[in-house]
Amino acid sequence: MKRYLLYPGCSLHSTGKAYGESIGAVFSHLGLELSELKDWNCCGATSYASIDEMEAFSLAARNLALAEQQKDGERPDLVAPCNACYLVLTKTQQYMTQYDNVRKTVDRALTEAGLMYRRSVRVRHPLDVLVNDVGLEALQQHVKEPLNGLRVACYYGCQVVRPFGLIDDKFHPTLMDRIVEKLGAEPVDWSLKTFCCGGSLTGTIPDAGLPLNRSILTEAVRRGAGVIVTCCPLCQFNLECLQNKLRARYGLSVEIPVLYFTQLMGLAFGLDDRALGMQRLFVPVPRRWRVLKGGDTVHA
Amino acid sequence: MPDHNGSIRIGFYICHCGHNIAATVDVEAVARYVSGLPNVVVSREYKYMCSDPGQELIAQDIHDLNLNRVVVASCSPLLHETTFRTAVERGGLNPFYFQMVNVRENVSWVHEDRRAATLKAMDLARAAVHRVTFHKALERKFVHIHPDVLVVGGGIAGIHAALTLANSGKKVYLVEREPTIGGHMAQFDKTFPTLDCAACILTPKMSAVKAHPNIKLWTYSEVSSVEGYVGSYTVKVRRKPRYVDEELCVGCLACIDECVYKEPKYADSFNLGLSKRKPVYLPFPQATPKIVVIDPETCIQFKSGKCKQTCVEACDREAIDLKQAETVEEIKVGTIVLATGYKTFNARRTPQYGYGRFPNVFTSLEVERLINASGPTGGHLVTREGREPRTVGIIHCVGSRDRNTNRWCSRTCCMYSLKLAHLLKEHTGAEVYNFYIDIRAAGKTYEEFYDRLLEENVHFIRGRVAEVTDVAAIPEEEGHLIIRAEDTMIGVVRRIPVDMVVLAVGMEPQADAGDVRRLFNISCSTEGFFLERHPKLAPVETFTDGIFIAGACQGPKDIPDSVAQAGAAAAQAQMLIDKGEVELEPNTAFIDEEHCSGCKSCIPLCPFHALSFNEATGKAQLNAALCKGCGTCVAACPSGSIQQNLFEDSMIFGEIDGLMNMVYETGKEVADVA
Amino acid sequence: MILWPMLGFIRGKPHADPRARMRKLKYEKELDLAFGEHVAAKAYGQKLLSCIQCGTCGSTCPLSDYMDYTPRKIIAMTREGFKEDVLNSLTIWLCASCYACTVQCPRQIHITDVMYTLKREAIAAGVYPRRYPIPVFSRQFFDLVRRQGRNSEGRLLLKFYLKTNPFRLLSQAWLGLRLMWTGRFSLKQDRVHDMQKLKRLLAAAAPSKEVPS
Repeated sequence: MKRYLLYPGCSLHSTGKAYGESIGAVFSHLGLELSELKDWNCCGATSYASIDEMEAFSLAARNLALAEQQKDGERPDLVAPCNACYLVLTKTQQYMTQYDNVRKTVDRALTEAGLMYRRSVRVRHPLDVLVNDVGLEALQQHVKEPLNGLRVACYYGCQVVRPFGLIDDKFHPTLMDRIVEKLGAEPVDWSLKTFCCGGSLTGTIPDAGLPLNRSILTEAVRRGAGVIVTCCPLCQFNLECLQNKLRARYGLSVEIPVLYFTQLMGLAFGLDDRALGMQRLFVPVPRRWRVLKGGDTVHA
Repeated sequence: MPDHNGSIRIGFYICHCGHNIAATVDVEAVARYVSGLPNVVVSREYKYMCSDPGQELIAQDIHDLNLNRVVVASCSPLLHETTFRTAVERGGLNPFYFQMVNVRENVSWVHEDRRAATLKAMDLARAAVHRVTFHKALERKFVHIHPDVLVVGGGIAGIHAALTLANSGKKVYLVEREPTIGGHMAQFDKTFPTLDCAACILTPKMSAVKAHPNIKLWTYSEVSSVEGYVGSYTVKVRRKPRYVDEELCVGCLACIDECVYKEPKYADSFNLGLSKRKPVYLPFPQATPKIVVIDPETCIQFKSGKCKQTCVEACDREAIDLKQAETVEEIKVGTIVLATGYKTFNARRTPQYGYGRFPNVFTSLEVERLINASGPTGGHLVTREGREPRTVGIIHCVGSRDRNTNRWCSRTCCMYSLKLAHLLKEHTGAEVYNFYIDIRAAGKTYEEFYDRLLEENVHFIRGRVAEVTDVAAIPEEEGHLIIRAEDTMIGVVRRIPVDMVVLAVGMEPQADAGDVRRLFNISCSTEGFFLERHPKLAPVETFTDGIFIAGACQGPKDIPDSVAQAGAAAAQAQMLIDKGEVELEPNTAFIDEEHCSGCKSCIPLCPFHALSFNEATGKAQLNAALCKGCGTCVAACPSGSIQQNLFEDSMIFGEIDGLMNMVYETGKEVADVA
Repeated sequence: MILWPMLGFIRGKPHADPRARMRKLKYEKELDLAFGEHVAAKAYGQKLLSCIQCGTCGSTCPLSDYMDYTPRKIIAMTREGFKEDVLNSLTIWLCASCYACTVQCPRQIHITDVMYTLKREAIAAGVYPRRYPIPVFSRQFFDLVRRQGRNSEGRLLLKFYLKTNPFRLLSQAWLGLRLMWTGRFSLKQDRVHDMQKLKRLLAAAAPSKEVPS
């Protein structure tokens, strides 16, 4: 059995709790061992880099070094479900390889903290693990309640594929669409898969951030989607929790549930709602989904 | 109807030319209409007449239907007359029993009304059908090609053409009007984008020219007359006196040392006046041939006749000959390559940039000399005050892309400006600003060079400079030239104080390009560059057979393109020479001696000296090999006794009659024309 | 991190006419000619200088609509030394780090990194636009992570509200309550155990200690 280390980042402990819960449920259902990285620290995100870049890289690198330490010789697969964490960790790895000043500064900082990073960590996104390690065919075999007829808009957000495009196309990724297809649902073809959700600007400069968010929601509905699934906690928060605000301030006329793709998988696998954190949703999943067990078309 | 042996059997073919013709002309209607005209045996339309199946159609019909006349309505005869004549010949018919109608350039491309265009095509077709009945069988004529070649101009294009031909065993006369070959390239410091030194790659070729047994090099010489025709040109070359015997001078330069002028006094044209020379001089150290020249304009002996002539004494080979006179050489050649180059734009024509008013405004060619190690400052780039500039502005497109001066893009300025920017920064560490409209870096590895310059942190300000001024607006600008331009990328007008301004002057036709054009009987485009026969498919040929063009005389171009064209021109000349003979158009004049009154009025009118008076017979006589078929004599002959093949009166009147519909009563079926 | 959007109460009003800030005429003495190379060096690989001003960045950017200068113009200005205008621009704060420009750039300029660099330069120079809370927020985040090793979203926000505009906190109360209701909001202090070593790590990476390449 393959063993993975989980790097939860701050979101999976608070607003993105349901993401962490559903990943845990799905992974254990598939027989994957997932244990949390001990004593992890903040990845630095975008804010830290806006103040000090080298410190930010060093913070991220500490997690990589800890992963090696805790795996003790085995090559660690560090799963970072948050797109921002995933990007920061991979970017740190890339820049440490490409740029001398980053490598030297970070290595020395790690030494000061009694750590060492041997470059053996594989930073993984859950999408990558589920499609490439488990495989689509294996996933399909676990489907108990196929989501036949459900139209799903897969929204990836930007930072899981950009700038490096390590696991999928930089503008039109398909990993999540392929999973959704295996769950029996129908992924809608649309152009905003990696369009910026506004990120933190939805709060800091809402005049600029919220309209982006609104475009994504209206486009998904226009394309006939009954649900949006995403793989990033910030995207999920923006798309789901701000729908009220968008209605009040920007005349948003639609309401659409926004799930983590792992929640959707869990539903198809027939897992328990609470285990998937379904109770944490602001926009609940329509009851009709549950009544229909495959077969009939569902338009949420 | 004229007298014919047997009946006239005409085949008519109209081409769709894809949509070029068929979109505007109802070709089916035209074919239908022509099929009803007298003598027409077959009338067809076809998608591409010039294609192999199209040509085969003609040959097959001649064979099967026993045709004896063919008319093709398609494009211009310039493009495909030869094609169809050959097809007619393949069918077993004399190729001149053929007439071509241009329904593309003359009809479909110039009209929009489909009905009117179709009617016009019918009229033209009818005229040709009537004309072709009067055609006669003519013989193809050939002329021998003299194997020697004249190359005019000793810049890089002329040098390359001469060497290519000479290396293939042809005898070449290379005529250059300056005292040395090398042209503009000899003045350049380095070449873009590789930055190899111009002299390093040019001078070996110059020496090779001098040493080549097949090349006769005449510098300080100019072509004064050209007579004849392809394969047989008679050229006179005026050799200006350099007052030095070329056979004796070994280039020791003792005469220069001993000149009565102890210091150089006169503007050195090779260095564009940035340095001085004596009346006896060598243009530059690697001048080829390495033979000095005495300039009669500045030499005291020529001005006053009262010089001590120390130069004569200094020369132990007695090479100096102050009584030398101009000589004229007459040569026979079969082909000519013109590589007469260009001149740079006169920067005084854009007074807003201050050239000539502000000492530190230079042209790009001047800067080439200033950064050249053998230049007037030994390669030390300095302002007129002798200081290294800390900031330099390079203004692109001076005398290019401007309807007030020259409309065209000079193609080389972007790249040489980038090169100069690199060299200026390398030599002085100055901040260098490029002011450009667009960067045109389209050659191989040129874009990469631009990228390199960007990374070297040279400034690129997209905006055409409005003015260079010495009026400071703020104290920091005092003592500088200020360049004012809109930085259109940022959207502000900027004032940039600099120590030196470089004007990237464009390329223009030589001042005497018009004279040269007339001398060689070729054409110029409106801007004055020599005109190629076809802009794409005959880029080095001219409308005069046997005369080819290469390099910047044909249009602005850089060294690689000039060399490529020179090679192409050499290959074209070589092709003619190796073929040995060339077919002439049979449209020459001929004289009906019986009716000639011997008035001689035709003789002085012939521009090709093809007509002469035969004292014995008392009649005019014609050398058909010289006749170019211009028709001047035909029109001038009072007795009408000169006629011209393919343009006999019967044919021309026949065509007019056909056009006016005075012959046939056939009504045109145009009801179905859309 | 996720709770940033709750900061909506500090609404960035777009500039009345941001372009009005830049005069129509610029003297060279107002510029900092070293600025372009300085930023290029900070933002990896000197590539910034090779910008050909094609405008792909601005047209691919989902936020250029709200910027006072498009990213292309920011790069032109940076390259030409318009330091003051660049650091005062709204553009650099509007970059959401989506990297769309970076992956499309034909000269492979790390545009997102350029924006980070410019943000840092602006914060260091203290010239960022006051109405935008991002720099203040970043500083709070930075301090929190430095002290605890982890970000504690609830605490970060409370501190931040109190530091800026406590009264508007009420307008966000409903969203906050719903998050609490669904168990997605907590004030629990979350921290790294081995803070001593983490502090040593950060001290070693501080700007003054950066190892040049």
